[in-house]
Amino acid sequence: MNIIEVKNLNFEYPVTDDEGNVVGGNKVLKDINLEIPKGQFVAVLGHNGSGKSTLAKHFNGILVGNSGKVYVNGIDTSDDEKIYDVRQTVGMVFQNPDNQLVATIVEEDVAFAPENLGLPPEQIRERVDSALNAVDMYKYRLHSAHQLSGGQKQRIAIAGVIAMRPECIVLDEPTAMLDPKGRKSIMSTIKRLNKELGITIILITHYMDEAAQAERVVVMDNGSIIMDDVPKKIFSQVDRLNEVGLDVPQVTQLAYELKKEGIDISLEVLTEEECAEELLKIVNKN
Amino acid sequence: MNAVETKNLTYKYSVGTPFETTAVDDISVTIEQGEFVGVIGHTGSGKSTLIQHLNGLLKQTFGEVFINGRNIWDKDVNIRDIRFEAGLVFQYSEYQLFEETVYKDIAFGPKNMGLSEEEIDKRVKKAAEQMGLDEELLERSPFDLSGGQKRRVALAGVIAMEPKILILDEPAAGLDPAGRDKVLEEISSYHKNSGTTILLVSHSMEDIVKYAKKVLVMNKGKLFCYEDVDTVFSMSEELKKIGLDIPQISKLAHLLKQKGIDIGNDIYTVERAKERLLKIIKGNTDA
Repeated sequence: MNIIEVKNLNFEYPVTDDEGNVVGGNKVLKDINLEIPKGQFVAVLGHNGSGKSTLAKHFNGILVGNSGKVYVNGIDTSDDEKIYDVRQTVGMVFQNPDNQLVATIVEEDVAFAPENLGLPPEQIRERVDSALNAVDMYKYRLHSAHQLSGGQKQRIAIAGVIAMRPECIVLDEPTAMLDPKGRKSIMSTIKRLNKELGITIILITHYMDEAAQAERVVVMDNGSIIMDDVPKKIFSQVDRLNEVGLDVPQVTQLAYELKKEGIDISLEVLTEEECAEELLKIVNKN
Repeated sequence: MNAVETKNLTYKYSVGTPFETTAVDDISVTIEQGEFVGVIGHTGSGKSTLIQHLNGLLKQTFGEVFINGRNIWDKDVNIRDIRFEAGLVFQYSEYQLFEETVYKDIAFGPKNMGLSEEEIDKRVKKAAEQMGLDEELLERSPFDLSGGQKRRVALAGVIAMEPKILILDEPAAGLDPAGRDKVLEEISSYHKNSGTTILLVSHSMEDIVKYAKKVLVMNKGKLFCYEDVDTVFSMSEELKKIGLDIPQISKLAHLLKQKGIDIGNDIYTVERAKERLLKIIKGNTDA
């Protein structure tokens, strides 16, 4: 069963002149077709302006295409009457946490969504506590949200979505401002939500090492999906990724550079362990 | 001459409340003129709080701050002058753009310095060029530009004041790899051309390794160390303990060493790893 189905989706932002008259369109998404099965962990990669954030906004009906359809659990996202079902199914976490915090106290912010779902107080309490624990911010529950650091705020924003218990979470560069420790805690949180609760994860990111942890990587360029495969198959195409302004993990880059020098090494290495193993084979063979 | 000097710098916030926290704890450090310094530390380690003292945005609870040899809180020093000397570019600086055109936005700082129209014009054009912004962009609205371009406009606005010290808080965060490289390359060439002292706050060890000569490491409000790049990144175990990470390629070098292949303790770039490995592999073949 697919939680998200995108069929021949096209989207353009209107271009206006100085008087505000529409004089044309800026095509951001071009004939996108994509199926995401329930429970999958998908990363969407692409440089700025590739259309990946615009696509993400179609997954819960923030944007609706000029032509083509997006279905969430079979519900057409352009159906206004069902939009709350869509938004309850697919939660979004955006890039900038400052724009997502609504309350002054951490736990009140996290409680915002469950309160709006009309849940009884004890359930709200339980959801808020478990969401805060999931992002390791429980001890900050009574702190003032705006006094936290950028990374801490982002974790609160993620907790706010987790508290809604959506079936699918779309995260648009959630770790951009976090330190390595913070990034790891977010990544392990995401993976735990995916594995233990079966929540479908769509992670939009620039970080190659994060995309490498997904089950599947979708690469976008210039409004189209240009690659869609398991991480190893994607990152071994170093030339192609460089062409569209994307990096590969350092160890993959190393393997690629060595191969150019005539060394017979597999490019399907993403982690230092995999790379070390390959190198050991080569050194021992010689 | 020292560009920046702090003596026992300490900053506490929410003093007298249950939330009283020492964000910066007894920091004494000296940064020489013309240095390119990477500032690293986990979230909440005090690095943002520290840099906000260097142009007087925050006033320390104890200690002293000297910029170009002057105690910035001395009664004879006008703090406004210090802010022109030490330019600070915040995180997500594109949100600070506000003018109708790119030109006016970059001109805002120089205008406030009371410079002549002619000098302002010269500086705006020079700063735009240094940040790789085409002259045709100057009459555009800053809000029509891409994220990377906006970021470079914000940087040009600070550079146009020609500060002797340029402090950048995560200038590449949130940009894609191409935008990130462009911003950092422009900063690096500006550093080389102008000799400006640069403090670059970043979470990216790869970027720090590539651009900085020295690294200032913060941990829990304290100065963990201030050393050259080689020294800092050879302490990988210590860095891990304080929530920092080393580049993936350095991790590979450590792992290879454990498995009996020694390519050195000074591997931070793919380039160097490649050279050393080629020597080993081809050396074996020759033998």
